[in-house]
Amino acid sequence: MATVLENRKLTKDFFILKVKQRNSASMGQFYMLRAWDRFPVLSRPISVHDADRECVSFLCKIVGQGTERFAALHPGDDIVLNGPYGNGYPQEHGKIALVGGGTGVAPLYFAAKALKKDPASTVDLFLGFSGEEMLRREFEAVGDSLTVNVGGFITDDIHPSEYDAIFSCGPEVMMRVLWKKCKAEQARARVYVSMEQRMACGVGACLGCTIPTASGRRRVCKDGPVFRAEEVFFHE
Amino acid sequence: MSDLHVNFAGVEMKNPVVLASGTCGFGREFAEQFDIGRLGGISSKGLTLHPCPGNTGIRIWETPSGVMNSVGLENPGVQHFIDSDLDWINRQGLVNIVNLGGHSLEDYLEGAKMLNGKKIDFVELNISCPNVKEGGMNFGVKTETARSVVRRVRAVCKQKMIVKLSPNAEDIVSLARMCEEEGAEGVSLVNTFLAMAIDIRQRRPVFQNGYAGLSGPAIKPIALRMVHQVAHAVSIPVMGMGGISCWQDAVEFLMAGATAVQVGTASFMKPDIALDIIGGLDAYAEQNHLERIGEICGIV
Repeated sequence: MATVLENRKLTKDFFILKVKQRNSASMGQFYMLRAWDRFPVLSRPISVHDADRECVSFLCKIVGQGTERFAALHPGDDIVLNGPYGNGYPQEHGKIALVGGGTGVAPLYFAAKALKKDPASTVDLFLGFSGEEMLRREFEAVGDSLTVNVGGFITDDIHPSEYDAIFSCGPEVMMRVLWKKCKAEQARARVYVSMEQRMACGVGACLGCTIPTASGRRRVCKDGPVFRAEEVFFHE
Repeated sequence: MSDLHVNFAGVEMKNPVVLASGTCGFGREFAEQFDIGRLGGISSKGLTLHPCPGNTGIRIWETPSGVMNSVGLENPGVQHFIDSDLDWINRQGLVNIVNLGGHSLEDYLEGAKMLNGKKIDFVELNISCPNVKEGGMNFGVKTETARSVVRRVRAVCKQKMIVKLSPNAEDIVSLARMCEEEGAEGVSLVNTFLAMAIDIRQRRPVFQNGYAGLSGPAIKPIALRMVHQVAHAVSIPVMGMGGISCWQDAVEFLMAGATAVQVGTASFMKPDIALDIIGGLDAYAEQNHLERIGEICGIV
Protein backbone atom coordinates (compact mmCIF):
# COMPACT_ATOMS: atom_id res chain seq x y z
CA MET A 1 0.00 0.00 0.00
CA ALA A 2 1.29 3.45 -0.92
CA THR A 3 0.25 6.92 0.17
CA VAL A 4 -0.98 9.83 -1.90
CA LEU A 5 1.25 12.87 -1.35
CA GLU A 6 -0.46 15.35 -3.61
CA ASN A 7 -3.33 15.56 -6.06
CA ARG A 8 -3.05 18.62 -8.24
CA LYS A 9 -5.93 19.62 -10.49
CA LEU A 10 -4.67 21.00 -13.81
CA THR A 11 -7.85 21.51 -15.81
CA LYS A 12 -11.43 20.29 -15.58
CA ASP A 13 -10.34 16.82 -16.74
CA PHE A 14 -6.63 16.54 -15.96
CA PHE A 15 -4.79 16.11 -12.69
CA ILE A 16 -1.41 14.97 -11.41
CA LEU A 17 -1.38 12.35 -8.69
CA LYS A 18 1.85 12.11 -6.72
CA VAL A 19 2.37 8.94 -4.69
CA LYS A 20 5.03 8.05 -2.16
CA GLN A 21 6.51 4.75 -3.28
CA ARG A 22 10.11 3.64 -3.59
CA ASN A 23 10.69 2.70 -7.18
CA SER A 24 13.07 2.16 -10.03
CA ALA A 25 10.68 3.19 -12.80
CA SER A 26 12.15 4.12 -16.15
CA MET A 27 10.72 6.30 -18.90
CA GLY A 28 7.73 4.89 -20.74
CA GLN A 29 6.83 2.31 -18.12
CA PHE A 30 3.49 2.21 -16.33
CA TYR A 31 1.89 1.10 -13.10
CA MET A 32 -1.41 -0.64 -12.41
CA LEU A 33 -3.19 1.72 -10.01
CA ARG A 34 -5.91 0.80 -7.59
CA ALA A 35 -7.52 3.01 -4.97
CA TRP A 36 -10.37 0.72 -3.99
CA ASP A 37 -10.91 -2.79 -2.71
CA ARG A 38 -12.65 -5.17 -5.11
CA PHE A 39 -14.84 -2.90 -7.21
CA PRO A 40 -14.19 -1.81 -9.95
CA VAL A 41 -12.63 -5.18 -10.71
CA LEU A 42 -9.71 -4.00 -12.81
CA SER A 43 -6.79 -1.81 -11.81
CA ARG A 44 -5.94 1.05 -14.14
CA PRO A 45 -2.75 1.19 -16.22
CA ILE A 46 -1.24 4.68 -15.99
CA SER A 47 2.14 5.72 -17.37
CA VAL A 48 4.82 7.30 -15.25
CA HIS A 49 4.76 11.08 -15.68
CA ASP A 50 7.62 11.70 -13.27
CA ALA A 51 9.53 9.75 -10.65
CA ASP A 52 12.41 9.90 -8.26
CA ARG A 53 13.49 7.12 -5.96
CA GLU A 54 10.85 7.90 -3.35
CA CYS A 55 7.85 9.09 -5.38
CA VAL A 56 5.96 8.46 -8.61
CA SER A 57 3.66 10.96 -10.33
CA PHE A 58 0.87 10.19 -12.77
CA LEU A 59 -0.70 12.65 -15.16
CA CYS A 60 -4.27 11.42 -15.61
CA LYS A 61 -7.39 12.38 -17.48
CA ILE A 62 -10.81 11.60 -16.08
CA VAL A 63 -12.32 9.14 -18.53
CA GLY A 64 -14.35 6.76 -16.39
CA GLN A 65 -15.10 5.46 -12.94
CA GLY A 66 -11.51 4.49 -12.14
CA THR A 67 -9.90 7.80 -13.03
CA GLU A 68 -12.81 9.62 -11.34
CA ARG A 69 -11.81 7.92 -8.12
CA PHE A 70 -8.16 8.82 -8.59
CA ALA A 71 -9.19 12.45 -9.17
CA ALA A 72 -11.00 12.46 -5.82
CA LEU A 73 -8.02 11.20 -3.80
CA HIS A 74 -6.54 13.41 -1.10
CA PRO A 75 -3.06 13.58 0.43
CA GLY A 76 -2.74 10.77 2.95
CA ASP A 77 -5.17 8.45 1.14
CA ASP A 78 -4.13 4.87 0.38
CA ILE A 79 -3.45 3.67 -3.13
CA VAL A 80 -1.94 0.45 -4.48
CA LEU A 81 0.71 0.69 -7.18
CA ASN A 82 1.69 -2.53 -8.90
CA GLY A 83 4.66 -2.12 -11.16
CA PRO A 84 6.55 -0.59 -12.80
CA TYR A 85 5.59 -2.72 -15.78
CA GLY A 86 6.37 -2.88 -19.45
CA ASN A 87 9.14 -1.96 -21.84
CA GLY A 88 9.58 1.79 -22.00
CA TYR A 89 11.64 4.10 -24.17
CA PRO A 90 15.32 3.29 -24.71
CA GLN A 91 18.09 5.61 -23.55
CA GLU A 92 18.73 7.30 -26.91
CA HIS A 93 21.38 9.95 -27.47
CA GLY A 94 21.76 12.83 -29.92
CA LYS A 95 19.03 15.03 -31.30
CA ILE A 96 15.74 13.74 -30.03
CA ALA A 97 12.15 14.85 -30.57
CA LEU A 98 9.34 13.98 -28.16
CA VAL A 99 5.91 14.17 -29.76
CA GLY A 100 2.84 13.93 -27.54
CA GLY A 101 -0.88 14.42 -27.97
CA GLY A 102 -3.42 14.94 -25.18
CA THR A 103 -2.91 12.57 -22.25
CA GLY A 104 -0.06 11.14 -24.31
CA VAL A 105 2.17 13.99 -23.16
CA ALA A 106 2.32 12.25 -19.75
CA PRO A 107 5.36 9.95 -20.18
CA LEU A 108 7.30 12.50 -22.24
CA TYR A 109 8.05 14.67 -19.21
CA PHE A 110 9.88 11.82 -17.50
CA ALA A 111 11.48 10.88 -20.83
CA ALA A 112 12.81 14.42 -21.36
CA LYS A 113 14.35 14.43 -17.90
CA ALA A 114 15.96 11.04 -18.46
CA LEU A 115 17.31 11.93 -21.90
CA LYS A 116 18.76 15.22 -20.67
CA LYS A 117 20.97 13.33 -18.28
CA ASP A 118 23.23 13.17 -21.32
CA PRO A 119 24.28 16.83 -21.64
CA ALA A 120 25.28 16.25 -25.26
CA SER A 121 21.71 15.35 -26.25
CA THR A 122 19.13 17.89 -27.30
CA VAL A 123 15.47 17.26 -26.58
CA ASP A 124 12.77 19.13 -28.52
CA LEU A 125 9.25 18.75 -27.24
CA PHE A 126 6.17 18.89 -29.48
CA LEU A 127 2.90 18.76 -27.59
CA GLY A 128 -0.56 18.86 -29.12
CA PHE A 129 -3.84 19.47 -27.32
CA SER A 130 -7.36 19.50 -28.66
CA GLY A 131 -8.62 21.74 -25.89
CA GLU A 132 -6.74 23.55 -23.17
CA GLU A 133 -2.93 23.32 -23.09
CA MET A 134 -1.24 22.47 -19.83
CA LEU A 135 2.09 22.24 -18.01
CA ARG A 136 3.89 24.69 -20.34
CA ARG A 137 6.36 25.88 -17.69
CA GLU A 138 7.10 22.35 -16.51
CA PHE A 139 7.79 21.03 -20.00
CA GLU A 140 9.89 24.10 -20.89
CA ALA A 141 12.09 23.34 -17.91
CA VAL A 142 12.96 19.79 -19.02
CA GLY A 143 13.59 20.23 -22.77
CA ASP A 144 15.70 22.39 -25.04
CA SER A 145 12.66 23.68 -26.92
CA LEU A 146 8.92 23.41 -26.64
CA THR A 147 6.33 23.66 -29.40
CA VAL A 148 2.68 23.58 -28.36
CA ASN A 149 -0.18 23.20 -30.79
CA VAL A 150 -3.73 23.68 -29.59
CA GLY A 151 -6.56 22.59 -31.86
CA GLY A 152 -4.37 21.71 -34.85
CA PHE A 153 -2.04 18.85 -35.76
CA ILE A 154 1.21 18.70 -33.81
CA THR A 155 2.61 16.46 -36.54
CA ASP A 156 2.58 19.52 -38.84
CA ASP A 157 5.11 21.24 -36.60
CA ILE A 158 7.92 18.69 -36.62
CA HIS A 159 10.60 18.06 -39.25
CA PRO A 160 11.51 14.42 -38.66
CA SER A 161 14.69 14.46 -40.76
CA GLU A 162 16.33 16.74 -38.20
CA TYR A 163 16.36 14.01 -35.56
CA ASP A 164 18.26 10.89 -34.53
CA ALA A 165 15.33 9.56 -32.54
CA ILE A 166 11.67 10.42 -32.09
CA PHE A 167 9.55 9.26 -29.13
CA SER A 168 5.81 9.61 -29.45
CA CYS A 169 2.79 8.98 -27.31
CA GLY A 170 -0.78 9.93 -28.00
CA PRO A 171 -3.72 9.03 -30.22
CA GLU A 172 -2.85 6.20 -32.58
CA VAL A 173 -3.79 8.34 -35.58
CA MET A 174 -1.28 11.00 -34.50
CA MET A 175 1.51 8.45 -34.19
CA ARG A 176 0.58 6.89 -37.51
CA VAL A 177 0.65 10.27 -39.28
CA LEU A 178 4.02 10.98 -37.68
CA TRP A 179 5.40 7.68 -38.91
CA LYS A 180 4.10 8.30 -42.44
CA LYS A 181 5.77 11.70 -42.41
CA CYS A 182 9.05 10.13 -41.27
CA LYS A 183 8.87 7.62 -44.08
CA ALA A 184 7.93 10.24 -46.66
CA GLU A 185 10.95 12.33 -45.65
CA GLN A 186 13.13 9.22 -45.47
CA ALA A 187 14.11 10.38 -42.01
CA ARG A 188 16.95 8.41 -40.40
CA ALA A 189 15.36 8.79 -36.96
CA ARG A 190 14.56 5.73 -34.92
CA VAL A 191 10.86 6.21 -34.13
CA TYR A 192 9.20 4.81 -31.02
CA VAL A 193 5.49 4.77 -30.28
CA SER A 194 3.78 4.09 -26.97
CA MET A 195 0.60 2.12 -27.49
CA GLU A 196 -2.57 2.22 -25.43
CA GLN A 197 -4.93 -0.73 -25.01
CA ARG A 198 -7.55 -1.86 -22.54
CA MET A 199 -5.71 -4.10 -20.07
CA ALA A 200 -6.80 -6.63 -17.49
CA CYS A 201 -3.74 -8.20 -15.85
CA GLY A 202 -1.04 -5.69 -16.82
CA VAL A 203 1.70 -8.32 -16.59
CA GLY A 204 1.42 -10.21 -19.86
CA ALA A 205 -0.71 -13.15 -18.76
CA CYS A 206 -4.23 -12.56 -20.05
CA LEU A 207 -3.56 -11.49 -23.66
CA GLY A 208 -6.32 -8.91 -23.43
CA CYS A 209 -4.11 -6.17 -24.85
CA THR A 210 -2.24 -7.81 -27.72
CA ILE A 211 -1.90 -5.93 -31.01
CA PRO A 212 -0.86 -7.08 -34.48
CA THR A 213 2.77 -6.25 -35.25
CA ALA A 214 5.30 -7.09 -37.93
CA SER A 215 6.39 -10.02 -35.75
CA GLY A 216 2.93 -11.34 -34.88
CA ARG A 217 0.64 -10.38 -32.03
CA ARG A 218 2.46 -8.79 -29.12
CA ARG A 219 1.39 -7.71 -25.66
CA VAL A 220 1.16 -3.97 -25.09
CA CYS A 221 1.59 -4.44 -21.33
CA LYS A 222 4.63 -6.72 -21.44
CA ASP A 223 6.35 -6.46 -24.84
CA GLY A 224 5.38 -2.75 -25.00
CA PRO A 225 3.88 -0.31 -24.35
CA VAL A 226 6.74 1.21 -26.37
CA PHE A 227 7.44 -0.35 -29.76
CA ARG A 228 9.41 0.69 -32.83
CA ALA A 229 6.96 2.45 -35.17
CA GLU A 230 7.75 0.08 -38.05
CA GLU A 231 6.76 -2.86 -35.82
CA VAL A 232 3.29 -1.45 -35.18
CA PHE A 233 2.60 0.41 -38.42
CA PHE A 234 3.98 -2.36 -40.59
CA HIS A 235 1.26 -1.89 -43.20
CA GLU A 236 2.25 1.73 -43.86
CA MET B 1 -0.75 -24.72 9.81
CA SER B 2 -3.75 -26.80 8.89
CA ASP B 3 -3.77 -29.43 6.21
CA LEU B 4 -5.08 -27.85 3.03
CA HIS B 5 -4.04 -30.80 0.98
CA VAL B 6 -6.72 -32.41 -1.21
CA ASN B 7 -6.88 -35.37 -3.52
CA PHE B 8 -8.50 -34.60 -6.85
CA ALA B 9 -9.24 -37.72 -8.88
CA GLY B 10 -6.17 -39.45 -7.51
CA VAL B 11 -3.86 -36.46 -7.88
CA GLU B 12 -2.45 -34.98 -4.68
CA MET B 13 -2.67 -31.21 -4.41
CA LYS B 14 -1.01 -29.32 -1.56
CA ASN B 15 -3.98 -26.98 -1.47
CA PRO B 16 -7.20 -26.70 -3.47
CA VAL B 17 -6.44 -23.39 -5.21
CA VAL B 18 -5.68 -23.39 -8.93
CA LEU B 19 -5.15 -20.48 -11.31
CA ALA B 20 -7.83 -20.61 -14.00
CA SER B 21 -7.11 -21.05 -17.67
CA GLY B 22 -6.78 -17.90 -19.71
CA THR B 23 -5.98 -15.65 -16.79
CA CYS B 24 -2.42 -16.74 -16.06
CA GLY B 25 -0.76 -17.65 -19.36
CA PHE B 26 1.55 -20.59 -18.65
CA GLY B 27 2.51 -19.17 -15.28
CA ARG B 28 5.69 -17.39 -16.25
CA GLU B 29 4.41 -13.83 -15.89
CA PHE B 30 2.93 -14.47 -12.47
CA ALA B 31 6.12 -16.27 -11.44
CA GLU B 32 7.82 -12.87 -11.79
CA GLN B 33 5.30 -11.50 -9.28
CA PHE B 34 5.17 -14.22 -6.61
CA ASP B 35 6.14 -17.79 -5.77
CA ILE B 36 3.70 -19.80 -7.87
CA GLY B 37 5.03 -22.99 -6.30
CA ARG B 38 2.76 -22.18 -3.36
CA LEU B 39 -0.33 -22.67 -5.51
CA GLY B 40 -2.24 -25.91 -5.62
CA GLY B 41 -2.11 -25.89 -9.39
CA ILE B 42 -2.28 -23.96 -12.59
CA SER B 43 -4.46 -24.42 -15.64
CA SER B 44 -2.70 -23.31 -18.79
CA LYS B 45 -3.96 -20.89 -21.37
CA GLY B 46 -6.30 -22.76 -23.69
CA LEU B 47 -4.21 -24.50 -26.33
CA THR B 48 -5.23 -25.35 -29.85
CA LEU B 49 -3.56 -27.74 -32.26
CA HIS B 50 -2.21 -24.88 -34.35
CA PRO B 51 -1.10 -21.43 -33.14
CA CYS B 52 -4.07 -19.09 -32.99
CA PRO B 53 -3.95 -15.27 -33.21
CA GLY B 54 -7.20 -14.79 -31.31
CA ASN B 55 -9.82 -12.18 -31.98
CA THR B 56 -9.49 -8.70 -33.42
CA GLY B 57 -11.09 -5.60 -31.96
CA ILE B 58 -11.70 -4.83 -28.31
CA ARG B 59 -10.94 -7.82 -26.09
CA ILE B 60 -11.57 -6.52 -22.58
CA TRP B 61 -14.60 -4.64 -21.28
CA GLU B 62 -15.25 -3.97 -17.62
CA THR B 63 -18.75 -4.32 -16.23
CA PRO B 64 -20.15 -3.74 -12.74
CA SER B 65 -18.25 -6.33 -10.68
CA GLY B 66 -17.14 -8.18 -13.76
CA VAL B 67 -15.06 -8.32 -16.90
CA MET B 68 -16.09 -9.38 -20.36
CA ASN B 69 -13.40 -10.81 -22.58
CA SER B 70 -13.13 -11.80 -26.19
CA VAL B 71 -9.53 -12.95 -26.40
CA GLY B 72 -10.50 -15.88 -28.61
CA LEU B 73 -7.93 -18.48 -27.58
CA GLU B 74 -4.82 -16.60 -28.72
CA ASN B 75 -2.11 -19.21 -28.07
CA PRO B 76 1.12 -20.57 -29.55
CA GLY B 77 -0.24 -24.08 -30.21
CA VAL B 78 0.20 -27.44 -28.49
CA GLN B 79 3.66 -28.23 -29.89
CA HIS B 80 5.12 -24.87 -28.88
CA PHE B 81 3.74 -25.39 -25.38
CA ILE B 82 5.33 -28.84 -25.16
CA ASP B 83 8.66 -27.51 -26.42
CA SER B 84 8.81 -24.27 -24.47
CA ASP B 85 6.65 -24.35 -21.36
CA LEU B 86 5.85 -27.87 -20.18
CA ASP B 87 9.18 -28.68 -18.50
CA TRP B 88 9.27 -25.26 -16.88
CA ILE B 89 5.78 -25.69 -15.41
CA ASN B 90 6.66 -29.14 -14.13
CA ARG B 91 9.59 -27.67 -12.22
CA GLN B 92 7.31 -25.32 -10.27
CA GLY B 93 6.01 -28.00 -7.91
CA LEU B 94 2.31 -27.66 -8.57
CA VAL B 95 -0.45 -29.61 -10.24
CA ASN B 96 -0.15 -29.07 -13.97
CA ILE B 97 -3.44 -28.82 -15.82
CA VAL B 98 -3.26 -28.35 -19.56
CA ASN B 99 -6.32 -26.69 -21.05
CA LEU B 100 -7.06 -28.03 -24.51
CA GLY B 101 -9.35 -26.09 -26.83
CA GLY B 102 -10.15 -26.58 -30.44
CA HIS B 103 -11.88 -25.25 -33.51
CA SER B 104 -12.89 -28.71 -34.74
CA LEU B 105 -13.17 -32.25 -33.42
CA GLU B 106 -9.98 -33.13 -35.30
CA ASP B 107 -8.16 -30.34 -33.45
CA TYR B 108 -9.13 -31.83 -30.11
CA LEU B 109 -8.18 -35.35 -31.14
CA GLU B 110 -4.80 -34.39 -32.57
CA GLY B 111 -4.06 -32.10 -29.63
CA ALA B 112 -4.96 -34.81 -27.13
CA LYS B 113 -2.72 -37.33 -28.93
CA MET B 114 0.20 -34.90 -28.84
CA LEU B 115 -0.21 -34.56 -25.07
CA ASN B 116 -0.21 -38.32 -24.52
CA GLY B 117 2.91 -39.55 -22.77
CA LYS B 118 3.82 -36.06 -21.55
CA LYS B 119 4.18 -35.27 -17.85
CA ILE B 120 0.81 -33.69 -17.23
CA ASP B 121 -1.54 -34.11 -14.27
CA PHE B 122 -4.75 -33.34 -16.14
CA VAL B 123 -5.97 -32.36 -19.54
CA GLU B 124 -8.80 -29.88 -19.10
CA LEU B 125 -10.98 -30.34 -22.15
CA ASN B 126 -12.34 -26.93 -23.03
CA ILE B 127 -15.71 -27.31 -24.71
CA SER B 128 -16.87 -24.05 -23.24
CA CYS B 129 -14.94 -21.14 -24.75
CA PRO B 130 -17.60 -18.69 -25.96
CA ASN B 131 -15.18 -16.63 -28.02
CA VAL B 132 -14.42 -18.83 -30.99
CA LYS B 133 -16.67 -19.05 -34.03
CA GLU B 134 -15.91 -22.72 -34.65
CA GLY B 135 -15.68 -25.31 -31.91
CA GLY B 136 -15.34 -24.18 -28.31
CA MET B 137 -18.68 -23.64 -26.64
CA ASN B 138 -20.55 -24.84 -29.70
CA PHE B 139 -19.55 -28.33 -28.57
CA GLY B 140 -20.63 -27.73 -24.99
CA VAL B 141 -24.21 -26.46 -25.13
CA LYS B 142 -26.14 -29.60 -26.04
CA THR B 143 -25.38 -32.69 -23.98
CA GLU B 144 -25.48 -35.14 -26.89
CA THR B 145 -23.22 -32.97 -29.10
CA ALA B 146 -20.81 -32.70 -26.21
CA ARG B 147 -21.02 -36.44 -25.62
CA SER B 148 -19.69 -37.22 -29.10
CA VAL B 149 -16.70 -34.92 -28.49
CA VAL B 150 -15.97 -36.17 -24.98
CA ARG B 151 -16.30 -39.80 -26.09
CA ARG B 152 -13.96 -39.38 -29.07
CA VAL B 153 -11.38 -37.44 -27.08
CA ARG B 154 -11.63 -39.88 -24.19
CA ALA B 155 -10.87 -42.69 -26.59
CA VAL B 156 -7.53 -41.16 -27.59
CA CYS B 157 -6.57 -39.20 -24.46
CA LYS B 158 -4.38 -41.22 -22.10
CA GLN B 159 -4.11 -38.41 -19.57
CA LYS B 160 -6.54 -37.86 -16.74
CA MET B 161 -9.25 -35.68 -18.18
CA ILE B 162 -11.32 -32.90 -16.66
CA VAL B 163 -14.06 -31.44 -18.84
CA LYS B 164 -14.55 -27.70 -18.46
CA LEU B 165 -18.23 -26.91 -18.68
CA SER B 166 -20.04 -23.88 -19.97
CA PRO B 167 -22.72 -22.14 -17.93
CA ASN B 168 -24.38 -21.55 -21.27
CA ALA B 169 -25.15 -25.26 -21.56
CA GLU B 170 -28.79 -26.14 -22.00
CA ASP B 171 -28.59 -28.40 -18.95
CA ILE B 172 -25.33 -28.28 -17.09
CA VAL B 173 -26.30 -31.13 -14.77
CA SER B 174 -26.98 -33.53 -17.63
CA LEU B 175 -23.76 -32.34 -19.27
CA ALA B 176 -21.78 -33.19 -16.14
CA ARG B 177 -23.49 -36.58 -15.81
CA MET B 178 -22.60 -37.30 -19.41
CA CYS B 179 -18.92 -36.49 -18.67
CA GLU B 180 -18.98 -38.99 -15.82
CA GLU B 181 -20.63 -41.62 -18.02
CA GLU B 182 -18.04 -41.10 -20.74
CA GLY B 183 -15.17 -41.61 -18.35
CA ALA B 184 -13.96 -38.14 -17.46
CA GLU B 185 -12.02 -38.07 -14.17
CA GLY B 186 -13.55 -34.74 -13.19
CA VAL B 187 -15.39 -31.64 -14.32
CA SER B 188 -14.55 -27.98 -13.91
CA LEU B 189 -17.14 -25.22 -13.97
CA VAL B 190 -18.01 -22.61 -14.89
CA ASN B 191 -16.40 -21.02 -17.91
CA THR B 192 -17.63 -17.51 -18.78
CA PHE B 193 -21.22 -16.49 -19.40
CA LEU B 194 -22.10 -15.40 -22.90
CA ALA B 195 -22.72 -11.67 -22.61
CA MET B 196 -22.91 -8.46 -24.59
CA ALA B 197 -22.15 -4.77 -24.51
CA ILE B 198 -23.26 -2.17 -27.02
CA ASP B 199 -21.42 0.99 -27.97
CA ILE B 200 -24.41 3.35 -27.98
CA ARG B 201 -22.52 6.10 -29.78
CA GLN B 202 -21.53 3.90 -32.69
CA ARG B 203 -24.74 1.84 -32.43
CA ARG B 204 -22.97 -1.49 -32.64
CA PRO B 205 -21.67 -4.23 -30.34
CA VAL B 206 -18.48 -3.42 -28.44
CA PHE B 207 -17.00 -6.77 -29.43
CA GLN B 208 -16.38 -7.73 -33.04
CA ASN B 209 -17.86 -11.14 -32.36
CA GLY B 210 -20.98 -9.48 -30.99
CA TYR B 211 -20.91 -11.49 -27.79
CA ALA B 212 -18.16 -12.15 -25.27
CA GLY B 213 -17.57 -14.07 -22.02
CA LEU B 214 -18.45 -12.53 -18.66
CA SER B 215 -16.42 -13.44 -15.57
CA GLY B 216 -15.67 -11.97 -12.17
CA PRO B 217 -17.59 -11.49 -8.92
CA ALA B 218 -20.77 -10.64 -10.87
CA ILE B 219 -21.20 -14.30 -11.87
CA LYS B 220 -20.28 -15.87 -8.53
CA PRO B 221 -23.76 -16.58 -7.15
CA ILE B 222 -24.87 -18.27 -10.37
CA ALA B 223 -21.63 -20.21 -10.70
CA LEU B 224 -21.98 -21.36 -7.10
CA ARG B 225 -25.51 -22.59 -7.72
CA MET B 226 -24.34 -24.55 -10.77
CA VAL B 227 -21.42 -26.08 -8.87
CA HIS B 228 -23.83 -27.08 -6.10
CA GLN B 229 -26.22 -28.73 -8.58
CA VAL B 230 -23.47 -30.54 -10.45
CA ALA B 231 -21.53 -31.66 -7.38
CA HIS B 232 -24.67 -33.26 -5.99
CA ALA B 233 -25.44 -35.02 -9.26
CA VAL B 234 -22.10 -36.67 -10.05
CA SER B 235 -19.58 -38.69 -8.10
CA ILE B 236 -16.49 -37.50 -9.97
CA PRO B 237 -14.77 -34.51 -8.34
CA VAL B 238 -15.64 -30.95 -9.28
CA MET B 239 -13.29 -28.02 -9.67
CA GLY B 240 -15.43 -24.98 -8.97
CA MET B 241 -14.89 -21.52 -10.30
CA GLY B 242 -16.68 -18.33 -11.23
CA GLY B 243 -15.92 -15.02 -9.57
CA ILE B 244 -13.95 -16.32 -6.60
CA SER B 245 -12.07 -13.32 -5.23
CA CYS B 246 -11.57 -14.04 -1.51
CA TRP B 247 -11.16 -17.03 0.78
CA GLN B 248 -14.79 -16.82 1.88
CA ASP B 249 -15.84 -17.33 -1.74
CA ALA B 250 -13.55 -20.37 -1.92
CA VAL B 251 -15.12 -21.80 1.25
CA GLU B 252 -18.56 -21.36 -0.30
CA PHE B 253 -17.55 -23.33 -3.39
CA LEU B 254 -16.02 -26.08 -1.26
CA MET B 255 -19.16 -26.28 0.88
CA ALA B 256 -21.23 -26.42 -2.30
CA GLY B 257 -19.34 -29.56 -3.26
CA ALA B 258 -16.19 -28.51 -5.10
CA THR B 259 -13.06 -30.50 -4.25
CA ALA B 260 -10.83 -27.71 -5.56
CA VAL B 261 -11.38 -24.21 -6.86
CA GLN B 262 -9.98 -22.07 -9.62
CA VAL B 263 -9.25 -18.38 -9.33
CA GLY B 264 -9.27 -16.35 -12.52
CA THR B 265 -10.43 -12.78 -12.92
CA ALA B 266 -9.54 -11.96 -9.31
CA SER B 267 -5.84 -12.26 -10.18
CA PHE B 268 -6.35 -9.05 -12.17
CA MET B 269 -7.27 -7.26 -8.94
CA LYS B 270 -4.06 -8.37 -7.29
CA PRO B 271 -1.62 -10.71 -9.05
CA ASP B 272 -1.00 -12.85 -5.94
CA ILE B 273 -4.62 -12.90 -4.73
CA ALA B 274 -4.61 -16.71 -4.96
CA LEU B 275 -1.99 -16.76 -2.19
CA ASP B 276 -4.24 -14.55 -0.04
CA ILE B 277 -7.04 -17.04 -0.62
CA ILE B 278 -4.78 -19.96 0.37
CA GLY B 279 -3.73 -18.06 3.50
CA GLY B 280 -7.36 -17.33 4.33
CA LEU B 281 -8.34 -20.98 3.88
CA ASP B 282 -5.51 -22.00 6.16
CA ALA B 283 -6.63 -19.63 8.91
CA TYR B 284 -10.25 -20.71 8.45
CA ALA B 285 -9.36 -24.38 8.75
CA GLU B 286 -7.32 -23.70 11.85
CA GLN B 287 -10.05 -21.68 13.55
CA ASN B 288 -12.64 -24.31 12.72
CA HIS B 289 -10.43 -27.16 13.90
CA LEU B 290 -10.56 -28.91 10.55
CA GLU B 291 -8.07 -31.72 10.23
CA ARG B 292 -8.42 -31.51 6.48
CA ILE B 293 -10.01 -28.78 4.38
CA GLY B 294 -11.90 -31.53 2.57
CA GLU B 295 -14.13 -31.96 5.63
CA ILE B 296 -16.28 -29.07 4.45
CA CYS B 297 -16.52 -30.35 0.88
CA GLY B 298 -20.19 -30.70 -0.04
CA ILE B 299 -21.58 -30.13 3.46
CA VAL B 300 -24.27 -27.79 2.09
